[in-house]
Amino acid sequence: MATAQTKTAALPVETIPGTERPAWLERLIRVITYAALILLALAMFVPFIYALSTSFKSLPEASQPGIAWIPAVPTTAAYERLFSAGFGRAAFNSFFVAFWVLTGRLLFNSMAGYALARLRFPGRNLLFGVIVASMFVPGVVLIVPRFLILSQLGMLNSYQGMIVPLMTDAFGIFLMRQFFESIPVELEEAAQIDGASRFGIFFRVILPLATPALATMAILSFQGAWNELIHYLVVTGTYPPLYTLTLWLAQLRGTGFQVDWPVIMAGSMLTTVPTAIVFLMFQRLFIEGVSYSGLAGQ
Amino acid sequence: MLAALRTRRAEDMVAGYIFLTPSVLILAVFIFIPILLALYVSFHTWSPASQVGLANAPFVGLENYARQISTSSIERTNFYRAVKNNLYYVLGVVPTQTFLALLLAVIVNQKFLKGRTFFRTAFYFPSITSSAAISLIFLYMYQSNGLINQVLDRVIPGYTPFNWIADPQLGATGLIHLVLRQFGLTIRTAGDWATTQALGLTLWDWISGPSVAMTAIMLLNIWTTLGTLMLIYLAALQDVPGYVYEAAAIDGASNSDMFWKITVPLLRPTTLFVVTVGIIGTWQIFDQVYVMSAGGPQNTTLTLAFLIWTRMRDFSTGLAAALAFILFGIIMLFTLIQRRITAER
Repeated sequence: MATAQTKTAALPVETIPGTERPAWLERLIRVITYAALILLALAMFVPFIYALSTSFKSLPEASQPGIAWIPAVPTTAAYERLFSAGFGRAAFNSFFVAFWVLTGRLLFNSMAGYALARLRFPGRNLLFGVIVASMFVPGVVLIVPRFLILSQLGMLNSYQGMIVPLMTDAFGIFLMRQFFESIPVELEEAAQIDGASRFGIFFRVILPLATPALATMAILSFQGAWNELIHYLVVTGTYPPLYTLTLWLAQLRGTGFQVDWPVIMAGSMLTTVPTAIVFLMFQRLFIEGVSYSGLAGQ
Repeated sequence: MLAALRTRRAEDMVAGYIFLTPSVLILAVFIFIPILLALYVSFHTWSPASQVGLANAPFVGLENYARQISTSSIERTNFYRAVKNNLYYVLGVVPTQTFLALLLAVIVNQKFLKGRTFFRTAFYFPSITSSAAISLIFLYMYQSNGLINQVLDRVIPGYTPFNWIADPQLGATGLIHLVLRQFGLTIRTAGDWATTQALGLTLWDWISGPSVAMTAIMLLNIWTTLGTLMLIYLAALQDVPGYVYEAAAIDGASNSDMFWKITVPLLRPTTLFVVTVGIIGTWQIFDQVYVMSAGGPQNTTLTLAFLIWTRMRDFSTGLAAALAFILFGIIMLFTLIQRRITAER
């Protein structure tokens, strides 16, 4: 935007009278634009507001027809039922798995990214190709292969099985590689002259400089691991003690005649809260991540 | 000096391998080797429930593929049902979300707009939430007592609320069938062609369009993905110089001229990316189906990814493995077709 504006300002543009829209039309267009955008923004939040409101309703009230934004008799009963139904355990599992996935990605992706950006050694292009190729495997195609390998390795129904396969990803490696390439080589050369080894340079000089890229990767990894469903379903779908929040929520619906909507809405809200907090705190990094993926794709 | 350089080189080599080992090892063990294993299983009859080891599984050649693609069987009917549902899903979601994202990006990019950051945040927010949580929230909204039905009940005269996801009649009816019904056309009155069987389904069944339940899932998905795609377009719009539009305005171009003749062509590489990502993603739709409908009502939300899952759950591992490779093939085929079409322009 900034570049576009400066360029516009630099060019003396003559405005021909008559091609400009009359003021009233211009104003009308603006009003309509704002109205449409505000309506759409509202549509983005309505489901969450509705779910939040329902989570404070009693079961009979939530099952009645009608639109009630504010519960007639607000109650936290649903949240109490939620905790007695095993929410705590599932929340722990989600945090635990997301933490290790995030840690693994920070370390392994930055190491791999650095090797690809800076180090020269035989077979480098081949290994680069292997990493690129992994990006072309659609996720759901892996349902069966993952199940097979994890059962052969005895890793089904285990934290290892949930965590280790997610501890690296090609996108994160490329993100780090891109970042390391932008760091001036002179910095490393200076450290080399001082007698630092490659490992020393990487951990003491390069990684501290990479904090912004690491932060972007950390929040994207956390969000990905937290929201993941299908991988956990494959690894531990029949073993409730290891259910993450997503898996636990999906089972919560059950098959009973009357579905406990307030509990499900309460669970959905609490599952959304951690990612929402991370998002609102680090919005800019999310948006950079998405923009990067778009530009990388071209 | 030369010796120092040599040790430096050797050190770089060692460091390079050590640095890449964890990532490459994980990718090899959990992506590439498993794919080979699955390829092997797709040519065999094997089930984790049986006590037979993988190495001793009986070889069946291409049977797991043929039973789903060509040989008349219940597996074939379910496969083509999933292909049909999934195809309507892809054709419905990809163009809609791409166009809406572009339109939204252009509007949010308007110079006069204040509060751009707010709108960007608001539209992107659904993308960061868990698919399981958001699917459950929408599932509740689609109930006959839920928000969407209750609003429509007040807004549209004569509307009868029904469960969009689970209603066995209306929920399972295709949109095209619904329209044809308005003209008095049903499978009984449409003529003989309608009952002709093709690949396990009647021709009438093939032209159903997405069922109401599937459409509900499509709307949910467009709603969640829109913000992400809009951000990608917004990033690309930053590179379009403003003077292009100024020049066009001098030439008397209207707003819609500028959109169709400047913005759309300039953003073609981005559109190509967004459409490719869309095709790859929509063919893989799983979470929403798993959480909301489990393939119902009457199998009208059965998708290929969900079919893979049910086959695996039912211990038909060979069929599931074969289906995974068929889906991989379909995704590649569609991506190639799309590239070909866009390259010709």
